[in-house]
Amino acid sequence: MNIVVLVKQVPDTATERKLDPADSTVDRAASDGVINELDEYAIEEALLLKEKHGGEVTILSAGPDQATDSIRKALSMGADKAVHLNDAALHGSDALQTAYALAQALGTVEYDLVILGSESTDARTGVVGAALAEYLGLPQLTLANKVDIDGTSVRIQRQTDEGYDVVEATLPAVVSVVEKINEPRYPSFKLIMAAKKKPVAKLGAADAGIDTARVGLANATTEVVDFAAAPPRAAGTVVKDEGNGGVQIADYLAAKKFL
Amino acid sequence: MSHRLTPEHEDLRRTVEDFARTEVAPVIGDYYERGAFPYEVIAAMGRMGLFGLPFPEEHGGMGGDYFALCLALEELARVDSSVAITLEAGVSLGAMPIHRFGSAEQKKTWLPRLCSGEALGAFGLTEPGAGSDAGGTRTTAELVDGGWVVNGVKSFITNSGTDITALVTVTAVTGTRPDGRPEISAILVPSGTPGFALGQKYSKVGWNASDTNELVFTDCRVPEANLVGERGRGYAQFLRILDEGRVAIAALSVGLAQGCVDESVRYAGERSAFGRNIGHYQAIQFKIADMEARAHTARLAYYDAASRMLAGEPFKKQAAIAKLVASNAAMDNARDATQVFGGYGFMNEYPVGRFYRDAKILEIGEGTSEVQRMLIARELGLPA
Repeated sequence: MNIVVLVKQVPDTATERKLDPADSTVDRAASDGVINELDEYAIEEALLLKEKHGGEVTILSAGPDQATDSIRKALSMGADKAVHLNDAALHGSDALQTAYALAQALGTVEYDLVILGSESTDARTGVVGAALAEYLGLPQLTLANKVDIDGTSVRIQRQTDEGYDVVEATLPAVVSVVEKINEPRYPSFKLIMAAKKKPVAKLGAADAGIDTARVGLANATTEVVDFAAAPPRAAGTVVKDEGNGGVQIADYLAAKKFL
Repeated sequence: MSHRLTPEHEDLRRTVEDFARTEVAPVIGDYYERGAFPYEVIAAMGRMGLFGLPFPEEHGGMGGDYFALCLALEELARVDSSVAITLEAGVSLGAMPIHRFGSAEQKKTWLPRLCSGEALGAFGLTEPGAGSDAGGTRTTAELVDGGWVVNGVKSFITNSGTDITALVTVTAVTGTRPDGRPEISAILVPSGTPGFALGQKYSKVGWNASDTNELVFTDCRVPEANLVGERGRGYAQFLRILDEGRVAIAALSVGLAQGCVDESVRYAGERSAFGRNIGHYQAIQFKIADMEARAHTARLAYYDAASRMLAGEPFKKQAAIAKLVASNAAMDNARDATQVFGGYGFMNEYPVGRFYRDAKILEIGEGTSEVQRMLIARELGLPA
């Protein structure tokens, strides 16, 4: 069972994140890069499946030079090897272009299953998994909170507002996961030390057979027309309990349609 | 000339930092208030391999070095000292004597479990009448019919009474040396050995989520093979372990000192007085700047001691200096941080109150500040 996990480096959600005014893309210098949180769950799930079924876990990440930090962390969690797709031509690619580029890069790897987080904390489009499956011509199983593999098929629980759907497909397939699926492990020092010896294949656009006329900011299918900083948080409402605090809170929540 | 961390050490530091904030900080206050041992947190630290950091992989260790342990201790202590001291004592006092001086059989029997954190080891040196003056040891171990019979009392022994404590290595008088002074050896006593009992329950000022006990040995019999290292070298062979332990306690102290800075900076940006956040006032800024300077210089002191240790160079003086300045920094920063917090600093709901209670022992344990000064003076050639 060879599994590829798609890992995106995103700006740390704990810091102030910015867009670059010059081209409206993410300002990666403004904050530390970390593994997209949901991708950590995808890595963990791949490692659990590997422990159960054997095989190899490969990390695939598209990103600039500094994405190597996140790739190293993914390897130190226990993945076996990595592919780093890094080309200036990819800068500013939108979700569809990224999916196309990743699909091309996947052509360099053997796999039975592709796992990724259901969305990233920076762009939050949540469409890369679906678009990738389309480009690859593979079944997509999204929003999984449980994944089981049985020989040639994969079965997931797709989380819904009411409960879950059971979705099944033949392998190979693309699965996106939600945070309820597992508890990602912390890297041990042994694996941290081992990570530096694990192979990381560096791919340029040409190596992956990517048509550079189809990627990058200039060819993007979507455009950031304008952006503004989030307004500062307004002062909250203080409920003073004069014997009817509970009622006041309930009224407040009802007015906001939470109740 | 650099005290920058290697990428691997930096990755480890960040991993433990993340773990401490995510897994330890939200739950440890409750354990502390109840005086309960945080088994779940310790088990998670075990799964990360923290208890095996400086030990070779053949015995279940992580194949890292002692500095990696120090970094982990610093990051844990930034959030909580109880879990940090549990790790410190488990590794450098529980497992290290066996790793360094134990027989092949002892290593095979004990190290894998100790490295995984599933079991804890303890080291019994201090006695009711012998702390800094370890030569005053009264506990005895007599060789009778192929076994050691241990009698005596040990005080303030960390990790010695948890549900997962597997063993305690005790120093004991095993005879008289030709010069008339007592011959001190180290004997490994597994938990549950008849005649090995926990004594009085302590009421501690701090480190309340860690396990500390008095140990009572009454005709406690263990096999002759439980001698750790050479007979009569019990004290001498542990002097190096104590030097290493000082670097570890220095790292832990730096963590506490830095935790005081972290909390103070955060609070200075939230708490308002006279119409502005208190971080605007020079009285607060200067206090926090001093705290940061103390934490930083103490960190450099322990990095220096650790780098000499790893290079195989003499580091006794540097270890003593690091322990002295870092424990001072912890104590000073804890006092200043509680002052920044004002009345809330006196409340246990904020971590700084816990830091205040946890700081004092750092000037006492693993060699008091006075002992460190004595060591430094001797290293300078002053009369012993």
